[in-house]
Amino acid sequence: MSGSNQLLGPAAPGGKATSAPLLGRDTEPTIFELSHPGRQSWSFRTTGVPELDLEELIPSVHARSEPVPLAEVSERDLVAHFTRLSHRQFSVDLGAYPLGSCTMKYNPKVCDAVAALPGLAGVHPAAPASLTQGWLGLMVEVEETLCEITGMAAATLQPAAGASGELTGLLLMRAWHHAQGAPRHKVIIPDSAHGTNPASVTLGGYEVVTVPSDARGCVDMGALASVLDEDVAGIMLTNPNTLGLFEEDIAAIAAEVHKVGGLLYYDGANLNAILGVVRPGDMGFDIVHMNLHKTFATPHGGGGPGAGPVAVSERLVPFLPGPRPERLVDGAEGTDVYRWMTPEHSIGRMHSWHGNTLVLARALAYILVNGGDGLQKVAQIAVLNANWIRRRLSGTYDVPFDRQCMHEVVLSSRNLKHAHGVRALDIAKRLLEEGFHSPTVYFPLIVEEALMIEPTETESPQTLEALAQALELIAQEANALPSGSMAEAPRNTPVRRVDEARAARTLIPTFDARTEN
Amino acid sequence: MGTYIPHTEDEIASMLGFLGLSTIDELFAEVPGALKLQRGLELADGAGEPDVLAHLHDYARRNQARSDRLLCFAGGGAYDHEIPAVTKALAGRSEFMTSYTPYQPEVAQGVLQAVFEFQTMIARLFGLPVANASLYDGASATVEAVNLGVAASGRNTVWVSEGVHPHWRQMLATCAAGTGHRLHTVKLVDGVTAWPEADPTADDRPGVLVVGYPNYLGCLEAIPAARSVCDRVGAMLVVATDPVSLGVLKSPGEWGADVVVGEGQAFGTALGFGGPYLGLFACAQSQVRRLPGRLVGETVDLDDRRAYVTTLRAREQDIRREKATSNVCTNQTLMAVTAAIQLAWLGTAGLADLALRCARATRYTRDALLAIDGVEPYATAPVFREFAVRTPLPADTVVERLADAGFLAGIPLGSEFHDGDHGLLIAVTERRTRDEIDAYVTAFAKVVAS
Repeated sequence: MSGSNQLLGPAAPGGKATSAPLLGRDTEPTIFELSHPGRQSWSFRTTGVPELDLEELIPSVHARSEPVPLAEVSERDLVAHFTRLSHRQFSVDLGAYPLGSCTMKYNPKVCDAVAALPGLAGVHPAAPASLTQGWLGLMVEVEETLCEITGMAAATLQPAAGASGELTGLLLMRAWHHAQGAPRHKVIIPDSAHGTNPASVTLGGYEVVTVPSDARGCVDMGALASVLDEDVAGIMLTNPNTLGLFEEDIAAIAAEVHKVGGLLYYDGANLNAILGVVRPGDMGFDIVHMNLHKTFATPHGGGGPGAGPVAVSERLVPFLPGPRPERLVDGAEGTDVYRWMTPEHSIGRMHSWHGNTLVLARALAYILVNGGDGLQKVAQIAVLNANWIRRRLSGTYDVPFDRQCMHEVVLSSRNLKHAHGVRALDIAKRLLEEGFHSPTVYFPLIVEEALMIEPTETESPQTLEALAQALELIAQEANALPSGSMAEAPRNTPVRRVDEARAARTLIPTFDARTEN
Repeated sequence: MGTYIPHTEDEIASMLGFLGLSTIDELFAEVPGALKLQRGLELADGAGEPDVLAHLHDYARRNQARSDRLLCFAGGGAYDHEIPAVTKALAGRSEFMTSYTPYQPEVAQGVLQAVFEFQTMIARLFGLPVANASLYDGASATVEAVNLGVAASGRNTVWVSEGVHPHWRQMLATCAAGTGHRLHTVKLVDGVTAWPEADPTADDRPGVLVVGYPNYLGCLEAIPAARSVCDRVGAMLVVATDPVSLGVLKSPGEWGADVVVGEGQAFGTALGFGGPYLGLFACAQSQVRRLPGRLVGETVDLDDRRAYVTTLRAREQDIRREKATSNVCTNQTLMAVTAAIQLAWLGTAGLADLALRCARATRYTRDALLAIDGVEPYATAPVFREFAVRTPLPADTVVERLADAGFLAGIPLGSEFHDGDHGLLIAVTERRTRDEIDAYVTAFAKVVAS
């Protein structure tokens, strides 16, 4: 503690949510239970359009016999219901969210103002390019910016999320090998990879080949060499990897994969660690997806939306999805001319329209506020925070790969499990009581009782210290309290530990299924 | 200039000291020097928030086609519906906006319960027992439905009606390069799908049929015709629907669909140039273990109180990896929560009234346009809230010229459709007044007469 406390100063930890209004022992009724026949919230414009009956408008065979039963509530009850639900929800705005691999940094409010601009939010996606020059220009700036950050030649902005970006990348890989006249069948993935990687590989029509990690937590070069052949379409890597470690051999990996004609795919989940420091393109990657909702601070909305643009090296540009916006005339500020174009060998389309465009606008605002210099500082402080947590807790928890980490650190609570039966899950639940969101647990799969902590750069030293103290307290309790007492946690949250097995066994996916059961 | 990093220089120095480091660059010692970016990023230095807002505002100003400038008569899966202040206020609450996927249900009951309510509403609307927590958009929902249908039927030949949104069909084709599904487009005749005879003994008989209801041209398809093809060959029926229309139309589930998908933007989400939108997905009980994406279920907590949690996780990619039913992880939860709020605002009577108002405005507009010399119906099949006309001028030209008069006239059908260069798809929502429609028709008549 000695070295750490000096930096605290007078500030209280802003990221500790113990004063939050997560109150109440009552559950909130569903909107259907609040419904009372005849209540109304809705109102529409007075239009003066002739009020024909439905029978005059459609053949009766198509008409529904009863209206769809939704809910009938006053606007007052509607607001109360969803406001109370919001009080039963942890969020970044409330407190620290050190959920590893998810980069839950603060989401600047100026980006909300951008997304609400009527000239962006009110534009129909099928309006022609001549009437949407602003949107095309904005998208070109996003693309150029992302290409500079990643060191790539061009990008598609269509993929709606990381997994969609992965599939787009694999379809690009497929199209490229097909164009070389040599379709291949295998894609290599490290055993530490995100679960979406193998799922996307299958959808891309490839077979997954898993390579193990070595004792330092990186790709085992010997194992990689043994699976590399001319049937390998490519390799998917996250760098830094999901252990929060930089793959130091990346240049050699790139050389080996390229030697057999394979392509390198960069999973951008951990891009926050390397902004302005090292670029995937300079490491030798051919295809890069980004998670704008992680790295560039767009709000994750309780599980989405995201945006997963995919940037590629020069040789893959002709295969990108289309249509994509391009600058036709490079005029002075505000007079550039843009148009839609479809690349010559385009794989096709990966979105209903042009991508999650309002998410792109938010990300651009975030990037411009930070600037090139500020983005590098984002990476630096993210890495500083993670290493500080690693060092601060290294006497309390196991650090399976105790070397300098990048933006996140993977701890293990295996000792507490073996000595006292306290699991990583128990620690995660107990931490909720202390006013912090839990780290990611049991991932990566190769670490026993993993606790994956990603503080992000927006949490202050005071918040980090409070988080560290909470995790210390929990470890002390595990050592001192009777076995099993941790399984009671959490006690002060809107609900206590949830019976997940029962949810799967007796499936109740709707209110109607509940009343039937 | 702007920053969201709290650390002072003193704090940074102190933290580095704690790590035994003297410079911040030493944190990146494990990155090989030869790979490091030797220059700074070639991006402008950080700007003040007001400067950035002004820059983005410049882009916004260059978008002439904004709904407060050009009255919107375009649809095609993106509709200019009323978004009441209450929906914006509730959906904009930062607890919904700035939370992650509900991995810790004890502190995520707000999002989980809102999604549970959303799933219930979509299941009721679509007439099927199970709806998921959302997919990216209409196109991705259609792709996932076809993947489910192929897995369920065991056959990868897919008959897709030409009346399914052309962009959704394009994404089906893009993804089929990976899955190997064999797609066949079945043409429309006068606005409805002309299904061929299916031979139940043929090796290439379809495993999945996909049909729009209402379809892209706004026409009401005869779903029993598609259902009978499916029954003959044992195929799965996927219906791609416009969810607003189901306020008065018979649900696809009642018509016999196995899977129903749709675009949910109409329920409270801004036009936003096409995203983020909301992929809707519901299926029969028998298919629940093949359901793509997340699913929220009700359960209890330790004190036996009602609680919600994401369930049937064994389908998901973080558990099953390459054997998962889908790769979808992040979805469009915020838009699902928004839709739940908007559907609760509409309520039972409001949704029916919304659909009826759209149908009335559509009829009024269609009758008036077809009275113009040279404007012909593109199809004569009954329509609900969207329709296509044949224009004497190329549809692109009509759109360009009507923009000068203050209207976004519609969406050109384009070369994908028979004689589509002269086809214009028009949607009229409850927001259009009689005066606005009259002005549009007058301007339309002037343009086509020129």
